[in-house]
Amino acid sequence: MSVAEKEKRQDELQGVGCSRKRKEDPRFIQGKGQYVDDVKLPGMLCGVAVRSPYAHAKILSIDTEAALALPGVHAVITAEDLKPLGLHWMPTLAGDTQAVLADEKVCFQEQEVAMVIADDRYIAADGAALVRVEYEELEPVVDPHKAMDPDAPIIRDDLVGKDNAGQGNRTHDNHIFTWDVGEKEETDSVFDNAEVTVREEILNPRVHACPLETCGCVASFDKVKGTMTVYITSQAPHVVRTVVTMLSGIPESKVRIISPDIGGGFGNKVGIYPGYVVAMVSSIVLGVPVKWIENRIDNLSTTAFARDYHGIGELAATKEGKITGLRFYALADHGAFNAHAQPTKWPAGFFSICTGSYDIPTAYARVDGVFTNKAPGGVSYRCSFRVTEAVYLIERMIDVLAQQLDIDKAEIRRRNFIQADQFPYQSALGWEYDSGNYLPAMEKVLEACDYEGLRKEQAEKRANGELMGIGLCTFTEVVGAGPSKNCDILGVGMFDSCEIRIHPTGSVIARLGTITQGQGHQTTYAQILATELGLSSEDIQIEEGDTDTAPYGLGTYGSRSTPVAGAAAALAARSIRAKAQKIAAHMLEVSPDDLEWDVDRFQVKGNPEAVKTMKEVAWAAYNDVPEGMEMGLETVNYYDPPNFTYPFGAYLCVVDIDPKTGVTDIRRFYALDDCGTRINPMVIDGQIHGGLNEAFAVAMGQLISFDDQGNLEGNSLMDYFLPTFVETPHWETDYTVTPSPHHPMGAKGVAESPHVGGIPCFTNAIVDAFAHKGVTHVDMPHTAFNVWKTIHSLGLDA
Amino acid sequence: MPKTQVSFNLNGKAVDVLVEPRELLIHVLREQLQQTGAHIGCETSHCGACTVDIDGESVKSCTYLAVQAQNSEVKTVEGLAENGELHAVQQAFMDEHGLQCGFCTPGMLMRSYRFLQENPNPTEEEIRWGMSGNLCRCTGYQNIIKAVQKAASTNSAQDAE
Repeated sequence: MSVAEKEKRQDELQGVGCSRKRKEDPRFIQGKGQYVDDVKLPGMLCGVAVRSPYAHAKILSIDTEAALALPGVHAVITAEDLKPLGLHWMPTLAGDTQAVLADEKVCFQEQEVAMVIADDRYIAADGAALVRVEYEELEPVVDPHKAMDPDAPIIRDDLVGKDNAGQGNRTHDNHIFTWDVGEKEETDSVFDNAEVTVREEILNPRVHACPLETCGCVASFDKVKGTMTVYITSQAPHVVRTVVTMLSGIPESKVRIISPDIGGGFGNKVGIYPGYVVAMVSSIVLGVPVKWIENRIDNLSTTAFARDYHGIGELAATKEGKITGLRFYALADHGAFNAHAQPTKWPAGFFSICTGSYDIPTAYARVDGVFTNKAPGGVSYRCSFRVTEAVYLIERMIDVLAQQLDIDKAEIRRRNFIQADQFPYQSALGWEYDSGNYLPAMEKVLEACDYEGLRKEQAEKRANGELMGIGLCTFTEVVGAGPSKNCDILGVGMFDSCEIRIHPTGSVIARLGTITQGQGHQTTYAQILATELGLSSEDIQIEEGDTDTAPYGLGTYGSRSTPVAGAAAALAARSIRAKAQKIAAHMLEVSPDDLEWDVDRFQVKGNPEAVKTMKEVAWAAYNDVPEGMEMGLETVNYYDPPNFTYPFGAYLCVVDIDPKTGVTDIRRFYALDDCGTRINPMVIDGQIHGGLNEAFAVAMGQLISFDDQGNLEGNSLMDYFLPTFVETPHWETDYTVTPSPHHPMGAKGVAESPHVGGIPCFTNAIVDAFAHKGVTHVDMPHTAFNVWKTIHSLGLDA
Repeated sequence: MPKTQVSFNLNGKAVDVLVEPRELLIHVLREQLQQTGAHIGCETSHCGACTVDIDGESVKSCTYLAVQAQNSEVKTVEGLAENGELHAVQQAFMDEHGLQCGFCTPGMLMRSYRFLQENPNPTEEEIRWGMSGNLCRCTGYQNIIKAVQKAASTNSAQDAE
């Protein structure tokens, strides 16, 4: 059998490694996607929330009479209506409870106070405007640094006297948790005796993931059958089903959660929001389907923020720039309820990945979480849990150290990288990095961009008073949560799943516990299965998002789809192949051990003529199996990963800055990613472009800000920065391949790396432009005005 | 609230709808006429997910009253393919991986459709400016630019035939 013939069969599978065109696209380009707001059920009503104008106030009264008198309004739901059902508060993923509708007081601006249910969205909005709420304003806590002042106003009256809000001991009424890891005394001692130390205050400002589709749901309770069906914008539909059961008492078998097409998630659609709960309750009470869809202001104001980590980074090092110790601290502003979306046992997510790509022997990290009068949330905006915050700190601090020691920023990384032969690597803060090869990745980027040439050009420009910055970032992520031994959500281990059914004629349906939101799962999972099963990906149908049909899985966020569900897919396929091998042996009248696998068929060893293709085996599985074997060819795999995966990358950014205006021009952005085995290079590049653009958004313009009364200073797209075609730079991508040793395919996950690595790279470039003037750090966002303020403070615009 | 009759051509077919004067075209298209291709992303004309084509111009239908559409020719993404053949912009978006979650895509396609009639052979810079009223959170725009360029060359190849 010729090699060419074998390659042809391999190509026909369209399996792992090919840039297969996406199977999702035909419906999207013809306007036939089905998003939640496209769902229209008979008799469906529409809900619009009445929201608080104040950040902190007592509710004295709610008058719903005028709203209820409006023709077309069916109900006005308030906390008083939810109380008899015990649903006016709900548990959060973080062990706290959250008011579904404000109960006696409001704790953040735009908090849900009531919901008007009406015939359509216009009447519901009219009704909402007629609800009269009388408030008594209270002093708000806006600055997290003042949240634990002795005389700070108490935000959560419901927690007064409780020394635990679900994540450890509290020392103040506005304190949520203190989390720390590492050897504090040993680290302090390293710092006390260090040749050099550096310290910098570094903010990851409050931002919002802002997918183009807002959050929403259509809840439909069938009184006769006792079933609840909910179409919902959720990245984790199975978890939603479990929570609905916990809240309502309806058995999970009678709750059906459907995540249809999702218009982008980026972490915004992991949480369970009050609007969902009120829509479900309204459907139960009114007996008809109820739709609740946020508008953009609702979305930016209330359904979860990201970041708001007020950090302090410290490194200790030798004079040669070898890091000997790391001490990182963050004050985390969690808003009014602790509703951050992290695995339950990780109050600060995976912040302890903050030693990064560097071999740092001693480290200590601590995070304090506090309440403020702001919206709850703390979602992972296109990253694994708090990994952006951690990577931002270390990638900024290594530059600060380089500047302090006057060592080149690439050279200091060379001196500190974990070496290839150190993997698996035990980090000082407890992680086991599965694999990595950092130095060649960085050197490849430096060469591709002529780093030395850029530094020469920069020196010349500086001599002429021009501003040019070169940013580097050599990051490591931790993704693919996660091993159930230490990762769970409300007690459910963070496994994921794949069920495969092969039909008699050889077509396949596979269902997984994740849900695509643009990542292209329907395309790429089929490629994994095609390679493993030897059946063309064109014959493999992928389904996700319907809890009635898909096996239980924890959903898509934290780059866990490929590391966890992708592994489940590969292992499920392998177990099918093992059965298929026995059937093929039976058909060929040999022992299974006499067979070898050849792309899409079993072949008797040494006899290329004696073969059975997987398609032939599929048919036989339904009529001619060995004695004692069950008929059929299907299986389900629940995959509990033995470890996380650790994608890494090396990025370089070149920025030119106009010294008169502060306007920045990203001249070049070069991103090398190593995500292990590459399943679909076209999709990978697309994910990287998108992640870089979201990094650009965060670094250069995004900010959810408040005045001193807790008023939002901009919560529509008139103010909140989403880069357009015009601002967005051109992206160059590159890769190396270091397979994960424990993942069945060697894959690691990729879509979040560009966001995590991109943000520090942009800031490093901006700071580098001013490094010769002694600037070691400036906080994001690097808007023209903010950059100009730096220029002006240095007198460079004179 | 009293309703007004509005008549227009939608994707080449005459439609009559009864609407309140305040009703926005996007809601009428999506909820009365079941054309759910155009989406609502921002309600402030910034994101362009609701872009449709009205009398030869790109219009953001989330800030356009349905009554304004009286007697006009309205084209939505559902009307782009003709006789079962995808339009060049649809094919190009698929070929160049110009979409991910698909939410902005109908608006992007309708803007590309009009933009390439305004400027049949645009440079990258012209595409960036000409498409800048449509936001995408997923793609980083690069592959959309490639798709528009590809559609432009498909169109000019067809014109040359």
